[in-house]
Amino acid sequence: MVGAACALYAGRAGLDVVLVDRGPVAGGTTGAGEGNLLVSDKEPGPELDLALLSGRLWAELAQEFGAAVEYEAKGGVVVASSSGGLAALERFAEGQRAAGVVAEPVAGDALYELEPHLAPGLPGAVHYPQDCQVMPALAAAHLIRASGARLLTGHTVTDVLRAPDGPVRGVRTDRGDIHAPAVVNATGTWGGELAALAGVPLPVLPRRGFVLVTEPLPRKVRHKVYAADYVADVASDSAALQTSPVVEGTAAGPILIGASRERVGFDRTFSLPAVRALAAGATRLFPFLEQVRALRSYLGFRPYMPDHLPAVGPDPRVPGLYHACGHEGAGIGLATGTGRLIAQALTGGTPDLDLTPFRPDRFAEEAA
Amino acid sequence: MRSPVELADAQPGPAFTVTLDGREIEALPSQTVAAALWAAGVTSWRGTRGEGRPRGVFCGIGVCFDCLVTVNDRPNQRACLVPLHPGDAIRTQEGTGHHD
Amino acid sequence: MTDPNDPNHAAVLPHLAVIGAGPAGLAATVAAASRGVRVTLLDSAAQEGGQFYRQPAAELRARRPQALHHEWRTWERLRNGLRTHVDAGAVRHLTDHHVWLVERGSEGFTVHALLGPEQEEPVEVRADAVLLATGGYEKVLPFPGWTLPGVVTAGGAQAMLKGALAVSGRTAVVAGTGPLLLPVATGLAAAGVEVAALVESADPKAFAGRTGALAAQPGKLAEGAGYAARLLRHRVKVLARHTVVEAHGTERLEAVTVAALDGDGRVRHGRERRIACDTLAVGHGMLPHTDLAGTLGCRLDGLAVYVDEEQRTDVPGVWAAGETTGIGGSALSLAEGHIAGRSAAARLRGTEPDPRAWAAAAKVRDRLRAFFAALDSVYAPPAHWTEQVTDDTVVCRCEEVTGGAVRQAVAELGAGDLRTVKLLTRAGMGWCQGRVCAPAVAGLAGCELTPSRRPFARPVPLGVLARAGEPESD
Repeated sequence: MVGAACALYAGRAGLDVVLVDRGPVAGGTTGAGEGNLLVSDKEPGPELDLALLSGRLWAELAQEFGAAVEYEAKGGVVVASSSGGLAALERFAEGQRAAGVVAEPVAGDALYELEPHLAPGLPGAVHYPQDCQVMPALAAAHLIRASGARLLTGHTVTDVLRAPDGPVRGVRTDRGDIHAPAVVNATGTWGGELAALAGVPLPVLPRRGFVLVTEPLPRKVRHKVYAADYVADVASDSAALQTSPVVEGTAAGPILIGASRERVGFDRTFSLPAVRALAAGATRLFPFLEQVRALRSYLGFRPYMPDHLPAVGPDPRVPGLYHACGHEGAGIGLATGTGRLIAQALTGGTPDLDLTPFRPDRFAEEAA
Repeated sequence: MRSPVELADAQPGPAFTVTLDGREIEALPSQTVAAALWAAGVTSWRGTRGEGRPRGVFCGIGVCFDCLVTVNDRPNQRACLVPLHPGDAIRTQEGTGHHD
Repeated sequence: MTDPNDPNHAAVLPHLAVIGAGPAGLAATVAAASRGVRVTLLDSAAQEGGQFYRQPAAELRARRPQALHHEWRTWERLRNGLRTHVDAGAVRHLTDHHVWLVERGSEGFTVHALLGPEQEEPVEVRADAVLLATGGYEKVLPFPGWTLPGVVTAGGAQAMLKGALAVSGRTAVVAGTGPLLLPVATGLAAAGVEVAALVESADPKAFAGRTGALAAQPGKLAEGAGYAARLLRHRVKVLARHTVVEAHGTERLEAVTVAALDGDGRVRHGRERRIACDTLAVGHGMLPHTDLAGTLGCRLDGLAVYVDEEQRTDVPGVWAAGETTGIGGSALSLAEGHIAGRSAAARLRGTEPDPRAWAAAAKVRDRLRAFFAALDSVYAPPAHWTEQVTDDTVVCRCEEVTGGAVRQAVAELGAGDLRTVKLLTRAGMGWCQGRVCAPAVAGLAGCELTPSRRPFARPVPLGVLARAGEPESD
């Protein structure tokens, strides 16, 4: 998705773009994502700024692609399970409001007007109308088509070509060389491997997540609904399994249930404990789901970086190399802003946001 | 015309009554919903979610989920698997089979 | 009855869970139970038999079920073997158990099932080893009108006949390709249905070129001759090298159009004929059920579960036999099940099995595998079947994804494999999880049919999933 957005904005900035992927379109983490365009789970700071920029850009793209990418400005509802939790949530929302987020506290009855099928007795929630959703694979495919980029799927990059004096000259693939003065690393969870081909370290680690998909239902869950502890899990550095229920209906009918996080490398083995925890969390939020059937589950690997911020922008260590990866679970949402920033960097324009917090070499400094 | 029941020389117990959308039809002991509906001349009992097209039995062994039907208010049962009991209420279903 | 989850009992004998009570599962159960292993046999049906030996529901009190079956004596031997071991307490047979997951833990395996037919109540069975005999299901390729009520799979028509003594109409056409069409046509005819035509896309001449492996199975050829005689007796017209190009009707099937195929497997236009019928039983071969094996992490060999000479998968403690390891019919399933059961029993008792003990079964297995490989090259859908799939033909029956949508995903959005087509069109995302449409989507996308990951072998209520395998339930 991030690569597709980079291709779109770079193409629209007048650049000639070749998009290379070893797999098919949306074959990595994109195809395993839920399509979250969230501001609600982000604390004030650079990631939230990127999310707000991205949200505006997604809304623009929605005018263009709308139904084809199943864009839905459905809004998010973050639910507290205790009065103490509600107080913490409301403090968190207050900080977000100061940073430009629309965050409306919802008490008792009003909550059940927003989400009639929620478990009874919940103390309250915060409603985030800016949270949206797209169908990520469709979004990637349509953005790529509209970008005018030459798409080379099934091409594995085996090396980053560099001139004797350092700057990149393109990439080598298993099916031939592609010459270009700039290379954008939008390889998500595998971003560290591509950076290594260019001779630089980039600490991107996989953080596995499962998603459960139910039978098709009428629209019983209207927003993206999640428990307040989700925010803490997202920000956590733990390698152990963490799950916090994230429940949402889709345009197509099924309900999607996330979100588990665990650092187990690229292990694709099915995990009953992870999926069981998702089901338990979802049925606690929405008791009617007890009888609803799960048809399948799938897993993906979020590209996780130690400080939970992506790497976006030029790599000062390798002239001509740009990074656009490491967005963890927010890659779909942050793709548009990232694409815009990369296009601005590629064309020498002034970026909409300060790229300093996203500098790809920030970890190298810490290590040194 | 010879029937499958004659071919296998089946001597089932007395037929009983179930309903399809309130209309009474006959079923034999342990007959599945699909078999009873076929015997009553009914071949479709579901309208699809998208186009509202009629569907009934396709694979007959529980793999394809085309024969979904509501039995005793329980939606999305596979008609080819579920045996009937006296008084069971079968309902044709539209869309997801669930109410809002 | 002894409780196999009772630790006192479990300490006595090793415990094997066999999943599937068709020919392979029954042969394995009998073989293992005869050799000092306690077996729990789990199956989704109300009675043993699987698809091949599917029995009429008990309360229909069929006094001549053999009229619906072939190889009845083999069946009686199997069934009696099972009953003997059940009566002796060596086998527990759990009917109406729909297994949705087999979980591998440090202490062995947990088989997770839902009690039928509602499939809401969970049951968990712990075992030291698992033997997967999950069988297969039918492949059907799409054509305009194939979603009309009255169009059923060939195996579905047979299942409804054998199990429920039910037929969907008075006049049937049986069509597609494969050895299953013959018993379906003769079975329907014997049950009083007028079989207007048996439409087989394979070319009879193709059999001549493969006499080696085929002639090595004289029994199988005699079986074919027997069907030919029955078809003649019931006056069933056989149209070889023909295919159904369209099914007609509005609310249900009224007729089909059948056309001859040329030497390249293309429809000869201008030679179509319309046949009135209210039932079309159609099938294009079989596919193995591999979901449980896939989730256990067993290696697949193409579309089937990989097994070694002893029928072991590459996951320790997991055996597989029958159609799940490759389509080959009931006799092959019996041989594989027998070998798997003996191997599992020996290894669970801590001994090295002696393959010489099952040499006869291994010989049958090898011969039948060669035979079915040869059959497979003869029975093939028309080479250009995708040309019949119009852009508005529904390909994914669950999600109503059309041929045009699949083609658009390939031509315009860059999809070139099953998973990407699914992501971009929803083909394969519905209730059946692509079991029905995957071969069709692969054909239309021009890609290989690869196995899909289906962590749950059947839909499972979230309330059951939320409590599955919790330590408290141990």
